[in-house]
Amino acid sequence: MPELMQFLLSGVTVGAVYALVALGFTIIYNASDVVNFAQGEFVMLGGMVTVFAHHAGLPLPLAALIAILSTAGIGVALNKLAIEPARGAPVVSLIIITIGASIFIRGVTQLVFDKQLHRFPAFSGDEPIRVLGATILPQSLWVIAGAVAVFVGLWLFFTRTLIGRAVLATSNNRLAARLVGINTGWVMTLSFALSAGIGALAGVLVTPITLVSYDVGIALALKGFAAAMLGGMGNPKGALVGGILLGLLEALTAGYVSSQYKDAAAFVVILAVLFAMPQGLFGKKSTDRV
Amino acid sequence: MKFMNTIEKDSSRLNRKSSISGCFCIRFFRKTISGLRLDALALGALMASGFAGTSALADIRIGATVSETGPAAFLGDPEARTLRLLVEKINAAGGVNGEQLKLFLYDDGGDPNKARTFATRLVEDDEVQAIIGGTTTGTSMSIIPIAEEAEIPFISLAGAIEIIDPVKEWVFKTPHTDRMACEKIFADMKKQGYTKIGLISGTDGFGASMRKQCLDVVGGYGIEVVGDESYGPQDADMTPQLTNLKGKPGIQAILNPGFGQGPSIVTRNYAQLGIRLPLYQSHGVASDGFIALAGKDAAEGVRLPGTALLVAGLLPDGDPQKPVVTAYIEDYKGSHGTAPTTFGGYAHDALRIYVDAVKRAGSAEPAAVRDAIEATSGLVGTTGVVTYSPKDHLGLDLSAFRLLEIRNGSWALAE
Repeated sequence: MPELMQFLLSGVTVGAVYALVALGFTIIYNASDVVNFAQGEFVMLGGMVTVFAHHAGLPLPLAALIAILSTAGIGVALNKLAIEPARGAPVVSLIIITIGASIFIRGVTQLVFDKQLHRFPAFSGDEPIRVLGATILPQSLWVIAGAVAVFVGLWLFFTRTLIGRAVLATSNNRLAARLVGINTGWVMTLSFALSAGIGALAGVLVTPITLVSYDVGIALALKGFAAAMLGGMGNPKGALVGGILLGLLEALTAGYVSSQYKDAAAFVVILAVLFAMPQGLFGKKSTDRV
Repeated sequence: MKFMNTIEKDSSRLNRKSSISGCFCIRFFRKTISGLRLDALALGALMASGFAGTSALADIRIGATVSETGPAAFLGDPEARTLRLLVEKINAAGGVNGEQLKLFLYDDGGDPNKARTFATRLVEDDEVQAIIGGTTTGTSMSIIPIAEEAEIPFISLAGAIEIIDPVKEWVFKTPHTDRMACEKIFADMKKQGYTKIGLISGTDGFGASMRKQCLDVVGGYGIEVVGDESYGPQDADMTPQLTNLKGKPGIQAILNPGFGQGPSIVTRNYAQLGIRLPLYQSHGVASDGFIALAGKDAAEGVRLPGTALLVAGLLPDGDPQKPVVTAYIEDYKGSHGTAPTTFGGYAHDALRIYVDAVKRAGSAEPAAVRDAIEATSGLVGTTGVVTYSPKDHLGLDLSAFRLLEIRNGSWALAE
């Protein structure tokens, strides 16, 4: 029983990390149908900038705020300098641009900062919390709380605010959105800023657990992408559930089957789900007029 | 006519290099002059011996290709810094046999294909007389055929035993192998009376290779592996694997072969789960950074095999390695502000071995230097005391490793 509990807690910890990364994908995807493969780099930047600002003597909350704001700025720059000039290019080209941007950001980061692993202290210490004979670190609770908060925020944003609906409208039909008076260029800028900010927030929250270096972004983005696909791309609920589910799958496979197969098992389940439900668990059913 | 060409080529190369290395006109001028003078000498030598070759150049030309960037950057970066630093220092002290060292250093980014290209360029364009480098096993393996074909000595900075086993005529290496790390750890476990242990290894190249070597040699120490778990190099939580290991009946200790963030996270999870068994890490995390990342409390009591470089201050005064590692640490701190890592030490040793061989051979002629390297005996480096032989191009034994323990957030000698 304590074993099962430990596997579950481990799964939730890892799953919350995936969910936070997956949530970052939703806004840009909703605004433009582009899967932003530089999302992992935003997460990495959130961690790296916080580490170096903290080392420079700033208190941790201020360092985290600077990291989130500067990463949001980089997100805007990515949109202005790389995505906007390619306006009108097919979505696939835009996705490839984001892959290029991720390589570029990684390269610059290792020159500006360094190539070492870093960590900053957990927000509420490292004393594990005991739950039914198993343990969880306080920082995991921060990550879970962060994922839930971002999820609620996004859900309210997309369903309750005019700007959020403008984002959805832009995604649905850019021309129609423009005709009803939505500034689609501004919506794109906003969505990149928000996505980058959410990515950086994820980086700030997970760094005490996962550690950070200039190259952690790829693996995080891949797992986050898998989680988002599992849950349904573009749906915040899908990102949250997909992330936690992926984490649990990995932990339970590592615990009960074999740690050698934990990634494989997770991906087999994702493939099976996508085979039965191509839009993911909570994805929108799309109907195309033929 | 051919001789004239050689002179022109050499002086233009000198000009190019000195203008790249900084626009100090006086130095530039002096170098050109000395280059020409040496070229004239070389010309005389060539005329006397009656054949043309690259053996008599103005400087001793050392090639290097290391992974300054890319996934192995934390290994290659200190290696590159060390090579630049030491070459500068040796030249400032008058060079080797009165000749200056010239370093041709490339960054292969950890890519074996690039390493191969750069090695070819070093041989064909830069006409180097030896190659130091190959930060990873992959890059080293791709440099080997080039060096063998060009018949110049190659001193590798990578870990795997395949590099020097079977022995290759022109290939040497400075770091110990992961098999030696396993042996050092198992010897200590045997001394402590542990007979049942668990393994948790990373699935990256380092972790996978060391796991295999450890499983190969573990039987010889009367130790049984009762649990064998693994984790991905970027995983965030290893508590399921550790929970399973903890539950194995009779388990007495756990060994974690791996490097990067994995071992730090394993060590943190170990403390989180309150596991009381002794934890052994590998030489892959033997750096101060590990203690900081794993946390002082979680890392308490962790044992691992490391080099003298890590514990320079703790070595007894009579230790032959003490002056060598202390001097290297001071030099490195003086120019970079931080203490060097074990990996920088590999490059330090490689260059020292080469320079020592050139001194003994009396020239930088590759074949003579190769023979001199093979005859290296009792050379004290940061990694250990190196004695090569025609059958052993590794040159280290288990005494090169020190068994270290983390106590109160810093390293201590466990033996």
